This record gives sequence, C-alpha cells and structure tokens, in this order.
Amino acid sequence: MSGKLEVRGLDVVFDGFRAISDLDLTVEPGELRFLIGPNGAGKTTLIDVVTGRTRPASGSVRFNGQELVGRREHRIVRLGIGRTFQTSVVFEQLTVLENLDLAASFRRRMVGLLRRRRGVSDQVSRALDTTGLTDLAYRPAGVLSHGQRQWLEIGMLIVQQPSLLLLDEPVAGMSRSERDRTGELLREVAKDHTVMVIEHDMEFLRRFASTVTVLHEGRLLCEGTVAQVQADPRVQQVYLGRAREETTESLVQEASS
Amino acid sequence: MSAARTTDPAVRPAARFAARPAVRWPGPVGFVAVGVLLLVVAPLVLSPFRLDLLAKYLCYAIVAVGIYLAWGRGGMLTLGQGVFFGLGGYAMGMHLKLADAGEGNLPDFMVWSGVETLPAIWGPFRNPAFALVMVVVLPTVVALILGTLVFRQRVRGAYFAVLSQALAAAFVILLVGQQGLTGGTNGLTNVQFFFGLDLYDPTQKRTVYYVAVGALGLVFLAAWQLTHSRFGKLLVAIRDGEDRVRFLGYDPAVVKTIVYALSAAMAGIAGALFVPVVGILGPADLGVVPSIEMLVAVAIGGRFSLVGAVGGAILFNYGSTVLSEQWPSGWLYLLGGLFIAVMMWAPRGLAGLLADGWAAARHRWPGRAGPAAPVSPAAATEGAATDAAGQPAETTVGVGGAKP
Repeated sequence: MSGKLEVRGLDVVFDGFRAISDLDLTVEPGELRFLIGPNGAGKTTLIDVVTGRTRPASGSVRFNGQELVGRREHRIVRLGIGRTFQTSVVFEQLTVLENLDLAASFRRRMVGLLRRRRGVSDQVSRALDTTGLTDLAYRPAGVLSHGQRQWLEIGMLIVQQPSLLLLDEPVAGMSRSERDRTGELLREVAKDHTVMVIEHDMEFLRRFASTVTVLHEGRLLCEGTVAQVQADPRVQQVYLGRAREETTESLVQEASS
Repeated sequence: MSAARTTDPAVRPAARFAARPAVRWPGPVGFVAVGVLLLVVAPLVLSPFRLDLLAKYLCYAIVAVGIYLAWGRGGMLTLGQGVFFGLGGYAMGMHLKLADAGEGNLPDFMVWSGVETLPAIWGPFRNPAFALVMVVVLPTVVALILGTLVFRQRVRGAYFAVLSQALAAAFVILLVGQQGLTGGTNGLTNVQFFFGLDLYDPTQKRTVYYVAVGALGLVFLAAWQLTHSRFGKLLVAIRDGEDRVRFLGYDPAVVKTIVYALSAAMAGIAGALFVPVVGILGPADLGVVPSIEMLVAVAIGGRFSLVGAVGGAILFNYGSTVLSEQWPSGWLYLLGGLFIAVMMWAPRGLAGLLADGWAAARHRWPGRAGPAAPVSPAAATEGAATDAAGQPAETTVGVGGAKP
C-alpha cells in the first residue's frame, strides 16, 4: 500500500506570524492518524500546506517520495490526496448524486465530460450506500442536514479513491449517533487508505484513534497512543493554559482518572 | 433542512436508481414548436421590415446563449461581449465589403478616407472560407488568451467584470482611431450582398433570416447539451465553490477559459450574422453600452435559464425597438431601472417568476399536475435553485475555516 506522507523542516509564516515552525512529521501508509492541539496550533495550516492551499516559507512535504510543495491544488489531488474542510462545502445546487458523480469523474478528460451522465457508476452507488445517502440521491445537496453534508463530503472523497485522506474536524457539530457512524465510516475507510484526521472531540479520539500527534503553536509537542499523549504533562499544560479550549476539561479529566 | 428526512415519494427505495428523471417532453416539443413558429409562421405573418428586426433580435439571442453559459452557469460576469460580437462581425463585414467592392477595388469607406492600397490585414478576408473561419476563430482566440491570463491568476467577480468592460472600451477606441482600416465611427456600412444574395431584395434576404434561426437553434442545442453534461455540472460547481472544485482535482481556470471562449465564439457568430441582417456594423453596436444591454437582456429573461436568456434577449430588444422609437430619451433610464429591479427582486429574471408561478399553480391545483407526478427529481433540483434565489451566482462559497 502506498500513501506515505513525510513532512520535513516545515515553516509557514503569515505576515510575520509563524503558524508552523520546523515541523517534522511522518504518516505511514495505512495509518489512521489523529492530529490535535489547541486553536492556532497549526493543524489546519498543515493540511493546507499538504494540499497546496498554502505555500510554506521553507521545508518539504513528500508524498510517496514526490515533493508536493509548489504543486497546484488540483495536481496534488491527482496524485491521490483528498481533503475535507472544517465547514463542509458541497455544491448545493447539484443533487447528492451529481456531487458524488462529479467527484468520481475527476480523472476523465475534458471531452469525456461533455457527455451526459448515463446511470450511476458502481463506485458512486457504493458511496451512496456507505454514506447512507441513497434515498437522498436525487435531492439537491442544499437540503442536507449538517451531518449528511459531512458524509457527502467524505463520500466525495471516497469515490476519488485517494491514497491519503485529510479530514478537518469531520465530526464537529454532529450528534452522538452521527459521530459514531462517522467513526465507523472512518475506520472502514482507513482499512485501505492512509487517513489523517484533525479532531477535538476526545471521546471520538479515544474510540477511534490509534496514533495521535499533538501540535502546539506550530510545533510538534508529542506523538504516541491516546493514553501516552494524555499522560504527557506538556500536553496537560498546554491545554490547561487555555481554559476556553473545548477539549480541556475532557482531556484533563481523562488524564487524572 | 428538515425536509431531508421526510420520505420523498419520488425516490422509492425499490427503484432508487431507476428513478432517473424521466425524459421530459416539454423540452423537445417546445423546441420544435418554437422552431415552427420562427421558420414557418413568422415569415408568413411578419412584414419584411419586421422580419428583419426579428432576425436582429435572434442575433442578440445567440449572444444571450453565450452569456447564459458564462454568467448564468459559470458565474463570469461578462460585461464585454460586444468585443467578440464585433470581432465576428468585422470578420464577416470585411469579407462582404470586399465582395461588394469587387475584385481589385477598395471598399467604399477606404476610398473616402484616401486609402490607396488594400491594407494587409484585409487581404485574406477576400477568401470567404477564411472569413467564415475567422468569425469563430478570432473571438475564440482572444477569449482564450484573456481567459488564460485572467482565470489562472484567479481574477474573478467584479474585477473580471471591470476587466471585460475595459476591453470593450479599448476595442471601440481602436476601431474609431483606425478610420482607413475599420471605417472609424461609421464602421462598415451599406453591405449589399451576402454570398450572392441581394440584401436589398426582401425575398432573398429572407434566407439570411433562416440562417439566423438555424444558427440560434444550433447554439441553443449546444448550450443545452453542455448544461446537462458533466461539464455543465462542473461549471455550476465552479460558480458556487471554485475553491472547493480545485480540491476535487479539477482546474477551474481551464473550465472557465473554455466556457468564456465558447461564449465569445457564440457572440462572434451573432456578430457575423448581424452584418447581413442590419447591413451596418460600427463601434456603436459593440461598445460598453451595447455590451451591457446584452447582459441586461439576459438578466431580465433569467440568466440561470437557457430559455429565459434567449426569451429575454428577444423581448428586451423588441421592447428596445418599440420604446426607443416612441420614447427615445426615457429608454436608457427604463433600462437601468429594470436592471436594478430585476437584480434586487427577481435575480432569476422572468424565467424565475414564471417557474415560481407555475410551481404555485401546481401547488394550488395539484390535479392539473398530471397523473402520478409528484415532485420529480429534476423539479426538485430546480426547486433548489429557487431556494438559493436570494444568493445568486456570485456567492462565493468560502472554503475552510476562518484561518488564513
């Protein structure tokens, strides 16, 4: 299985503000990696750099040995890297089916796109089933609930068959049952993809994470299993120092229990 | 939002994917009906003068199809379609003027301007095939170059609109400044023959009208196919979330450039037909104001609807003829007011109002909706467009969080 991500000496600067400094990170093929950290830790920025949305000041990001820095966004997608966004963005005027179909067609040539869609491909049909959106296939994506949108986004990712998936807070704002379903979905996906997830939800983390990377102020704070990370005094300090952070309480409780 | 959970009779689990939107007969039937109306009824009913006017409206309708694609579908506010209209028109006009003048002679305006030898650019246009190719190639190439430069740099929204309008202004200045080459302010006038047809003879000129109808039909079908293809869906996706589309692995700049060039080619064809229809083409037909008028017509008809855009162009130009004859000073004010009113209260234009009215009627008298026709999936999609009417095409969907 391919899908190895290597970040080396990464520096990202926004108008003098160091969002990420000298970050090294390796995600092995097939891994389900969680990325946590207080607000401003550089989590989303990291994903932005990997996907070509943000240019780093220096450093390298390699995917299966290929340098990603300097490539345009859609080229990176074509290398097999897919992502979702914090606020899910689906195309509201298109139906659920059209959203998925569009995502699945990205390797077609322009001329091939000029034809009408005939029927539903197996891949899209499977994604509809996986995400539980089959009954809504012909509804415009604009009518979907928040959770359904998130699933549609994940579905759009799955049909692209990327080897690396980057998910930015996939369960934010979801109900408990929706979260559990999403977790199962991720576990399923992680079987044959490399997945990196940004998530704040500790319960979710505990249930589904194997390896966790903690970022703080753009630096790598620590890395390890959920238990190791929670026991790390530095992590506790970082989260305690920011009392407003959503995860603080649960994390501290977790560590002290 | 809550409607998502309710069971939708149109999507029965048993026939999930069989529930593809059925072929809707009003489309093809309507197309043929309008075709018959234009090809058979109009020539019988209308005087040659009125038929000429109708042919002119059809030219604008061809431009409207292009604007519908670029603006309605692609979200590109093209305020300078007059440039492409002009490029196509001059390519045609140059050939017709040369043909009118006859072998070895100069077009009339050159003689008046004291030009003694045919300018080099004009030479190749003596060849009809070359001229016809240029009608499409010139606007396409200009749009491709401009599109590549602009869309790759992610220039969009108002910036693109201003840029395209500036192009129209510059084009007019160029044309006016080159009196001997372009006919200056007057442009190309008194075109008499169109590939052997005497345009001063109503019966012969009728052929030009038929050509215009045919061209509109073809352009319409092309736009229809594009709209319903995956490419069309991609275009809408780019309109509503260009940044998101990038992360699906598509290059929005390429798609937008192609569509912009296509709309330019359509405007070019329209311009080329305008010359034999009207007999004159000058800077006044393709500057900033005419370019805006082309756009306003589409806005009024309904930029999200192909039929709306075409209907809008014909109605608008008809209104323009009638009103500017009777009330020339007021027309421009009315035009501006109408545009503002449409953008504020009916962003989907007349087509949107009609669709809403139709939906309301069906809601009120469901019996008339025909047997077993609950909200069809296709209708549901169009309903979504209704929902989003408050935030039309330019709504850029922000991607990601608030972080830079």
